[in-house]
Amino acid sequence: MADTQTEPVAAIIDRYNGDPGMLIPMMQDLQAEHGYLPQGELKELSSGLAVPLAQVYSVATFYSSFRLMPKGDHTIQLCMGTVCFLKGAGKIAEAIREQFDLVPGGTSPDRKFTFAPVNCVGACALAPVMVVDGEYYGGLTTDSAVGLLEKIAAGDKPAGEAVVDKSKAAAEKEKKRGVAKKKKAAAGEKKGGGLKKKKKPAAGKKKSGGAKKKKDAGKKKSGGSKKK
Amino acid sequence: MSTVHTTLESANDLQHYRTAVQQRASRVDRIVRVCCGPGCIPKGAREVHRRFAEAAEALDEENVVVEARLTGCQGLCECGPIVTVDPGGIFYQNVKEEDVPEIWRESVVGNRVVERLLYQDEGMDKPARTAEEIPFYRGHRRIALALCGVIDARSMDDYIAAGGYEAVAKVLASMAPEEIIEVITASGLRGRGGGGFLTGRKWQSARNAPGESRYVIANGDEGDPGAFMDRALMEGVPHAVIEGMIIGGYAIGSSDGYIYVRDEYPIAVERLRNAVGQARELGLLGENILGSGFDFDIRLNRGGGAFVCGESTALMASLEGRVGEPRAKYIHTVESGLHEKPSLLNNVETWANVPHIISKGADWYASLGTERSKGTKVFSLVGKVKNTGLVEVPMGMTLREIIFGIGGGIPGDRAFKAVQTGGPSGGCIPAEFLDEPVDFDRLTELGSMMGSGGMIVMDEDTCMVNVAKYFLNFLKEESCGKCTPCREGIAQALHILTNISKGEGQEGDIEKLEALGTLLEDTALCALGKTAAYPVLSTVRYFRDEYEAHIREKRCPAKECPGLFRYEIDPETCTGCRLCAKKCPVDAITGERKEPHVIDQEKCTNCGTCFDACPFSAVIKV
Repeated sequence: MADTQTEPVAAIIDRYNGDPGMLIPMMQDLQAEHGYLPQGELKELSSGLAVPLAQVYSVATFYSSFRLMPKGDHTIQLCMGTVCFLKGAGKIAEAIREQFDLVPGGTSPDRKFTFAPVNCVGACALAPVMVVDGEYYGGLTTDSAVGLLEKIAAGDKPAGEAVVDKSKAAAEKEKKRGVAKKKKAAAGEKKGGGLKKKKKPAAGKKKSGGAKKKKDAGKKKSGGSKKK
Repeated sequence: MSTVHTTLESANDLQHYRTAVQQRASRVDRIVRVCCGPGCIPKGAREVHRRFAEAAEALDEENVVVEARLTGCQGLCECGPIVTVDPGGIFYQNVKEEDVPEIWRESVVGNRVVERLLYQDEGMDKPARTAEEIPFYRGHRRIALALCGVIDARSMDDYIAAGGYEAVAKVLASMAPEEIIEVITASGLRGRGGGGFLTGRKWQSARNAPGESRYVIANGDEGDPGAFMDRALMEGVPHAVIEGMIIGGYAIGSSDGYIYVRDEYPIAVERLRNAVGQARELGLLGENILGSGFDFDIRLNRGGGAFVCGESTALMASLEGRVGEPRAKYIHTVESGLHEKPSLLNNVETWANVPHIISKGADWYASLGTERSKGTKVFSLVGKVKNTGLVEVPMGMTLREIIFGIGGGIPGDRAFKAVQTGGPSGGCIPAEFLDEPVDFDRLTELGSMMGSGGMIVMDEDTCMVNVAKYFLNFLKEESCGKCTPCREGIAQALHILTNISKGEGQEGDIEKLEALGTLLEDTALCALGKTAAYPVLSTVRYFRDEYEAHIREKRCPAKECPGLFRYEIDPETCTGCRLCAKKCPVDAITGERKEPHVIDQEKCTNCGTCFDACPFSAVIKV
């Protein structure tokens, strides 16, 4: 499988003075070279170090960063850390799976993407966050994540930070949820006695947080009255 | 500003070198610090730094020297990229690449302030000019992170100019190994990686262990989801870790050090590699350090992406090139660890505290913190909190001070529900304990733990059953499978939790979870398994009613578990725009244009598409 451009296994072994204790770093280098761990090279590594192939294989399958299959053109690392999870990473994973026929750890049938959900990339301020080919994309929603990947599949590489304005997306979401909650409270009352109108000023009052939100509440209000 | 290529052969040489770099630094008139920490880089901080560096380079004014530093995390990730300009410490937030010319012209060269990029929040009547004026920074006390965000993260000269490697010079010149251990013990420093074991005692055992060679190891395999303290530290002040390790090596009589760093942190790997290279070049690593006769070198190993390798015996197995499976610890690793030699393993944050304790003394360190938890602790404050960021505060600060004082509380005026500390091995602490001090022992009493310092805030919209499920799912994936209780027990507990969250829970499930949790604690081989049930046990302990609502009423009070709540359309708010009806995958939504729509509950699959689609927030969860 290896083309002539790649570094021979012997050179990798030499780099670590043939120390079998450095098996993992050697395999990391091998993977960096090929994008995955080709069988032939693993066998060479095993005989070169006099480490049983079974041990090489057990290491290759134990650590989640090793792959025994070739990689797609683009690698998607979707952060599944606690914060991303709380902010909807699970749904995004599901959407990616459906849209691109990708199972976690797998490569899409068209070899465009390799999908690697990771435990945490440590960029919690941007949650939910996805790293595609080393570029960070934060503040994602299911739609924006899928849209982004479609763009990348089409050959366009959007700049990381520019894709989603995180603060805006978060504010939007908050607004949505905050209002929904109020609505819910009001809806509960309404069922009993039909307290119309009442929650609108309430929603307005709640908006004291920021100018942008306020504007939005106004918009909503007028939307409501138009309806009447 | 290139490094002078010399090898330091004595403490005196180091002092001369320090004086030289300090003199060079004193010729700099303005310093621009661009935060390139974990939160800022994804938002384009590197480009911002590049622009400043280019501008500084191109500056041809004779009398002004500007330095653009690429620093580690400055803390307030929420508002990154952060740029500070000295003198004056002017603090700019959310800086974009296109803002650079204005900051350069007005602030750096012109010595004026760019008002529009200053920080301001609702509680402030005027914008903050410096970090000290920002509520987030009140109460911070940086020790491990003292130079993080201040010096250029890639520069050894900056580190030395700020007093770096002074502690190494001090111990090599004037302290016996036993004396060092006494100081560390007296400081009360406890392991920052999770266990909270008294560091000095660990060092003493490692020193006392019989055998010729021994190892010093830094654990930088930060695996807890939602935690980035160690990442920030390794990226921002890599030399602090190295300096601590040299001191540790000298104290226990070891000349071989290892840093095991998570491969998912490529910048940390790069900075550490760079720092080790620099230290070797100056002769602070290698043979006969500062002419003392003491040899010490460090090797860098990257992890393979296994959470369990954060456990000491698994980490050592991994360092030997094997699968990272823990072993029973009836023989401690300080006696028989890596290659069956005595091995002293500490977390990178523990190591970074060491030089400060040596320089300033045990009493100084022990004066901070609480009775049994001394010093400071770094936390990554994340989740449903206004100011996400990196925080270092004295032990004993209350949860409320951290979450509401520094963190600014919960966004969107939602109610605080719980804070999760200690990663997957920790637990959730509810609102009634917000005024408890944060220290090792108190957190353990509350059914959680200090862990490595992740602090994940949850609001009222978070379902605690779902949280417990998330952590168990994580641990199930990460269980190495060596011991049966962990391999099978976690899977079984997860199965029960999944049923509960689907509304298929039964009476007795909670008790089964508790029994499984106790079993794991008693019988699992390593800390991963022993503590695996804590997220479940702590949520059952404090949020039992929520579990019961799922089981008995088939209802998710936080409205998060699909199927255990309904979506409805509020006829008051609905404008009849048809958007939800178009998007609904099962055509469950009907209604005329400009008339309120209705969801057919028979058809609805609770997918939530309409909830996300509605631009007017008319779809509600009930």
